[in-house]
Amino acid sequence: MKERICSFDGLDLSDDQRDVLEAIRGFVDAEILPTVHQLEADDEFPQKIVDGLRDMGLFGMRIPVEYGGLGLDLVTYALAIAELSRGWTSVSGIVNGQYIVGGMIATHGTEEQKQRFLPRLASGELRCCFSMTEPDAGSDVRAIRMTARREGDELVIDGQKMWVTNGLRAGLIGLLVKTDPTADPPQKGMTALLVEKEAGQEQVGGLTIPMPPLKKLGYKGVESVELVFDGHRVPASAILGGPDGEGQGFYQMMSGIETGRINVAARGLGIAMRAFELAIRYAQERSAFGKPIGQHQLIQAKLADMATGIEASRQLIVAAARKKQAGGRADVEAGMAKLFATEVAQRCAEESMRIHGGYGYSREYEIERLYRDTPLLLIGEGTNEIQRLIIARGLLARHAV
Amino acid sequence: MKIAICVKEVPDPTAEKRIDPGTNRLVRTGENTLNPYDRHAIEEAVRIKESGVETEISIVLVGPASAARTVDKALAQGGDRSVHLADDGLADSDILATSRALAALLERDAYDLVLFGQQASDAECYVMAAAVAERLDRPCVSQAASLTLDGSTLRVKRQVETGYDTVEMPLPAVVSVSDAINEPRYPSLPAIMGAKRKPHEVLSLADAGIDPDTVGGAGSRTTVRGLSKPAGRGASVRIEDDGTAAEKILAFLVENKVVV
Ligand SMILES: Cc1cc2nc3c(=O)[nH]c(=O)nc-3n(C[C@H](O)[C@H](O)[C@H](O)COP(=O)(O)OP(=O)(O)OC[C@H]3O[C@@H](n4cnc5c(N)ncnc54)[C@H](O)[C@@H]3O)c2cc1C
Repeated sequence: MKERICSFDGLDLSDDQRDVLEAIRGFVDAEILPTVHQLEADDEFPQKIVDGLRDMGLFGMRIPVEYGGLGLDLVTYALAIAELSRGWTSVSGIVNGQYIVGGMIATHGTEEQKQRFLPRLASGELRCCFSMTEPDAGSDVRAIRMTARREGDELVIDGQKMWVTNGLRAGLIGLLVKTDPTADPPQKGMTALLVEKEAGQEQVGGLTIPMPPLKKLGYKGVESVELVFDGHRVPASAILGGPDGEGQGFYQMMSGIETGRINVAARGLGIAMRAFELAIRYAQERSAFGKPIGQHQLIQAKLADMATGIEASRQLIVAAARKKQAGGRADVEAGMAKLFATEVAQRCAEESMRIHGGYGYSREYEIERLYRDTPLLLIGEGTNEIQRLIIARGLLARHAV
Repeated sequence: MKIAICVKEVPDPTAEKRIDPGTNRLVRTGENTLNPYDRHAIEEAVRIKESGVETEISIVLVGPASAARTVDKALAQGGDRSVHLADDGLADSDILATSRALAALLERDAYDLVLFGQQASDAECYVMAAAVAERLDRPCVSQAASLTLDGSTLRVKRQVETGYDTVEMPLPAVVSVSDAINEPRYPSLPAIMGAKRKPHEVLSLADAGIDPDTVGGAGSRTTVRGLSKPAGRGASVRIEDDGTAAEKILAFLVENKVVV
């Protein structure tokens, strides 16, 4: 390959940022891309890849330096997620719980909670999951029903969570519950808990994780499970932010969501980059009607549109990350990046599949996996319908007359 | 134990090599990086250090000032400090001149062991270690497939066409390691970010006490007189499988002494 496809040029990155990203790309090229096909076909947890990422220190990307992390800026973080997702979006899903819950503890946790969890999260020794969604509450987070009622120094949790990615292997759950079910509006009665459990155990106290995990179209290799709480007891010190954190859970979780949206946008970027790489290679290798298909104008139009969408996604993601990093609210920008980059990813996966013709539909070709992995991005971390609402609401508030 | 690793900055090995038709030299204006073979030498030094031997690992590089990023890549891979000879007077150095500059740098500190990668991915000469060892008047082994330290003796298993030689040599010594000696680790992100904060020594020719007439174009004896494509491969033998392909392939390999 002559010039690297999807380089880091044009983003105004520092040498440090480039070095980090190049190291991750090197890892993805050598350790993920050659193995992902079999791992995904077997729906196997990529232990060796995860160990490699731990050794590289990647679990601590966003954890502050004083707690043993790298304290990387959001731009590097976002582009790093894109690189991982270029290899396999499930791998970015595996590290994602770490970033969300780690970020919540770093921002809202008590000093004791930071000391207790952050160093182990940074090293990857402790893995995390993030659990808001319930069978009857997804987009509408205010509709959750799970309760935690106080009994002395303990909280007793009852209810069911759904779609908890990393839920089985995690040793720590960032859990949204209602501590005051009578509150009006309901979000004022919500609290975030840091629930510790034995990683890998299907039954701990009053918590059951039904097996097997949920069956999915894509996003294989990382488990998404239900969590069933039936009188499960945790110490009251599990409340994120200590006693003052009671009733703050909804707001604490939402504050991390902009970063979460940038994360999903970056995953879209990664998949789109890979789909494009495969497409531009195949377009030159495959011939039809006496010339490489890349010489047919309709295929060229696809390549041009894909690359343009990828470049635009990248710029939107970097702009949102810079804005958020600078301390401003970036709800509109993060929403735009998430909406645009994930739709581009979906289109790129489809166009790349079309360029691959019948082979693109074959399980033997990588593009088929990308095609199955993209739809989740349209749904997770706020569906794209919800993103439009957020963007519009933000704009109307910013430009109110 | 002081170990020096001589590393080279090369054009990105995944990019296609281009020759400037005017100068007959390799075009080096694209993306440059650490010679991948040198990573094996660094890894081996790190393993010696991790085995419990107190070790300081120095990265030694002769190359333009812009090679500072390559120095950092090598440090991220496992060096403790760097010595970078960067001087415009070094431009156009050939092996003779570069080995002189490297030897001068290596004589400034008393290194017990000098390691090289087996070759550079740009010029593919395989001889720099031997040239430097000659100038330093030190024993030299190439293609090391394993290193074992025993006090001030180094035991080297050396890969040769028919198997392995085991060579013992006193330190100080010069060794070029084969790319089969180890699997270099991925530098950790903290190591990448910490590389810049390690001690860097950047020297001019004058700082290093090197006579400018002995290096660069003036100190070189190589002229490229012509370039040609390598001869194509000989005619290939095509074996159709009629049920006896395996025997035919074996017979071919025996006949050509590939297997005995
Ligand atoms: C593989 C996978 C992994 C997941 N991992 C996690 C996890 O780790 N933790 C976690 O908490 N959750 C997780 N989720 C849950 C995910 O965040 C939710 O599925 C998502 O928020 C959507 O919720 P829902 O499925 O209940 O859909 P619903 O909210 O029921 O939405 C159904 C449809 O209605 C639309 N809709 C809803 N409200 C509106 C509105 N106001 N205006 C217009 N349209 C609307 C939606 O856009 C969607 O098209 C995961 C989901 C999947 C599939």
